[in-house]
Amino acid sequence: MTQDIFEGTEEQAAALKSCIESHRGEEGALMPVLHEAQNIYGYLPAEVQTVIAEGLGVPLAEVYGVATFYSHFSLKPKGKHKVSVCLGTACYVKGSDKILEAVEKELGVSCGECTPDRKFSIESCRCVGACGLAPVMIVDEEVYGKLTPKDVPDVLDKYMGD
Amino acid sequence: MVNLKINGIAVSVPEGSTILQAAKLANIRIPTLCYLKGVQCVGSCRMCLVEATGARGLVAACVYPVSEGMEVRTNTPRVRKSRKTTVELILSTHKKKCLSCVRSMNCELQKLALEYNAEEDRFGTDHDLKPIDDLSPSVVRDNSKCVMCTRCVAACNLQTIGVIGPKNRGYVKVIGSPFDVSLAHTSCVNCGQCVVACPVGALYEKSSVADVWGAIVNPEKHVVFFTAPSIKATLGEAFGLPVGTNVEGKMVSAIKQLGDVKCFNMDIAADLTIMEEANELLKRLMQGGVTPMFTSCCPGWVKFCEHYYPEFLPNLSSCKSPQEMFSAVLKTYYCQKTGIKPEDLYVVSVIPCTAKKFEISRDELGHYTDAAITTRELAKMIKEAGIDFANIPEAEYDKPFGVASGAGAIFGATGGVMEAALRTAAHILGGEGSPIEFKEVRGTRGLKEAEYNIGGGIVKVAVAHGLANARKAIELIKSGEKKYTFVEVMACPGGCINGGGQPYVHDEIRNNIDLKTVRAQALYDHDRESKYRCSHETPAVDMLYKEFFAQPLSKKAHELLHTHYQPREKY
Repeated sequence: MTQDIFEGTEEQAAALKSCIESHRGEEGALMPVLHEAQNIYGYLPAEVQTVIAEGLGVPLAEVYGVATFYSHFSLKPKGKHKVSVCLGTACYVKGSDKILEAVEKELGVSCGECTPDRKFSIESCRCVGACGLAPVMIVDEEVYGKLTPKDVPDVLDKYMGD
Repeated sequence: MVNLKINGIAVSVPEGSTILQAAKLANIRIPTLCYLKGVQCVGSCRMCLVEATGARGLVAACVYPVSEGMEVRTNTPRVRKSRKTTVELILSTHKKKCLSCVRSMNCELQKLALEYNAEEDRFGTDHDLKPIDDLSPSVVRDNSKCVMCTRCVAACNLQTIGVIGPKNRGYVKVIGSPFDVSLAHTSCVNCGQCVVACPVGALYEKSSVADVWGAIVNPEKHVVFFTAPSIKATLGEAFGLPVGTNVEGKMVSAIKQLGDVKCFNMDIAADLTIMEEANELLKRLMQGGVTPMFTSCCPGWVKFCEHYYPEFLPNLSSCKSPQEMFSAVLKTYYCQKTGIKPEDLYVVSVIPCTAKKFEISRDELGHYTDAAITTRELAKMIKEAGIDFANIPEAEYDKPFGVASGAGAIFGATGGVMEAALRTAAHILGGEGSPIEFKEVRGTRGLKEAEYNIGGGIVKVAVAHGLANARKAIELIKSGEKKYTFVEVMACPGGCINGGGQPYVHDEIRNNIDLKTVRAQALYDHDRESKYRCSHETPAVDMLYKEFFAQPLSKKAHELLHTHYQPREKY
């Protein structure tokens, strides 16, 4: 159904199953299950959404509707390292669009996408509460502030190796 | 009771009533768009906004509860301005190709725009055209005309199908099936309840009108129309006649004026179905076959069973639907009798149903039907031909397929197939003087159950209309809680009279009368006035068995009148 080839492990399938079972019958179960499913798989592939729809007894159209409504949920695979560039007002004024451009150029994929080796994925976010450090970019949990486009390759280099 | 005033008029309504319900009692009209009685009540479109004391802003009358002493104003400059702006905002993202739209002159948005003097381009037309999904054999979706009322989604969920929903957010939000797949590739059963729920031209049937006109003008083709039982009870609506008017004579006359065509009565095929189905049921009961037996006339229900309950496929009667039985009879028996080559006979079935359009493409049915057109498409052809429907003299169906029984006519309403089968089964087992009317299976209650003593044996029957009730019946059977002998299922709530191919009826009418009951009454009246009340009395059925099939369930009958089913994937 999607272009990305879905590769899930048995452990992931078991984790999803137990998550669905722990929420079954609960009102409003879909949101927490989608959250957990995204934690397990890193994103919400069609196959996972189908398992959730079947497991919770809700229409697949509803699962897909919720998954595409919230920007937190991703239907595309995420890389091992998640690069997030803040496009909130303060960062944007300080030129974070140029930072995003530099990241896209360096990694060769666009915002919202994942590199073919699944090492990096790029996304944008809206204000992480570090406006004093604008423009800001976050890699995994690490925050990098007061960036210029020239700094981008060095920051990304740190993650290239592993 | 709660007392309130609407535009100064005092009304008393039960606690928990909405302003909209109270206004109806005071004969005050409040416009609606996303509200559809029995289908959806979410208060999202903001058309029904009114002023109410105690509320901060304008409130949505369809969901806002009344309170003691409340004063409601439905006609103030503020209310009118708000409604006008709402329509104009909807129009700003609407493909305003109104002149060529299937809903032109019958569009709820167009009506509201006129009523509130909306300027169609006040907020510009700043949107991209969205792709049209026309891959389904039954339903076409043009999202550029969608107003996001989600009435289609609610109708689909009510059917427990749920293959459409809102996707994405903001300007890129659309209604459709998940993962950008076409509706054709989902477990949609083609019932078309989404189509009749749509207020605008965003959903309509895949039209075969051009093909049918092509066949009519083709000198090599002999064109034969036949009309399903419920068409006589609904076609008039498309010409402004009151809901529930039986227009059989005018309908036949109008069809014959479309060109050099014949018009037959599909009620006869319903009668033929009963002969086969009643005998199949008796055979199953006597030989220990799989029971309960389910009816199989409804292609929406059949596809539902294939997708969602394939383990119950052996329970489905092997009888083809009346449409497919009739087409098979026409392409064999009728061709032999008239000397017309089967390839020169063009069979057009007029049906209240969008699922029948899918049905004719099933290989196992032999492709005997050339085109299946809905009540709406027939109305369109009659208008296109310039026929004055209101004043046309009545005509009779062509021989030899003209006269049917009342049992065949009531096939169009929920419980009708069951009642028709019971009439004939009672006759086979009990002989003359057996009961004719089985009123317990009539009406629009959810899952209807009854027990009858027929020929000394107890028959437990159930009648489900709407797929939610069908699901309920199957789950009760599955859990062992209920044991039925025979179960009738029609996919659409109320049966074919409320099918997905029936004339569009505005929310304003649907919210105030029970379409299902009023339309069904026309069929029950027709039945009561019929010369023959039972399928086995119909002369054409007798003729078919004498001249062609020999007897019900004969080898030839099996070849032409019966079929098989296939499990289908759900996702």
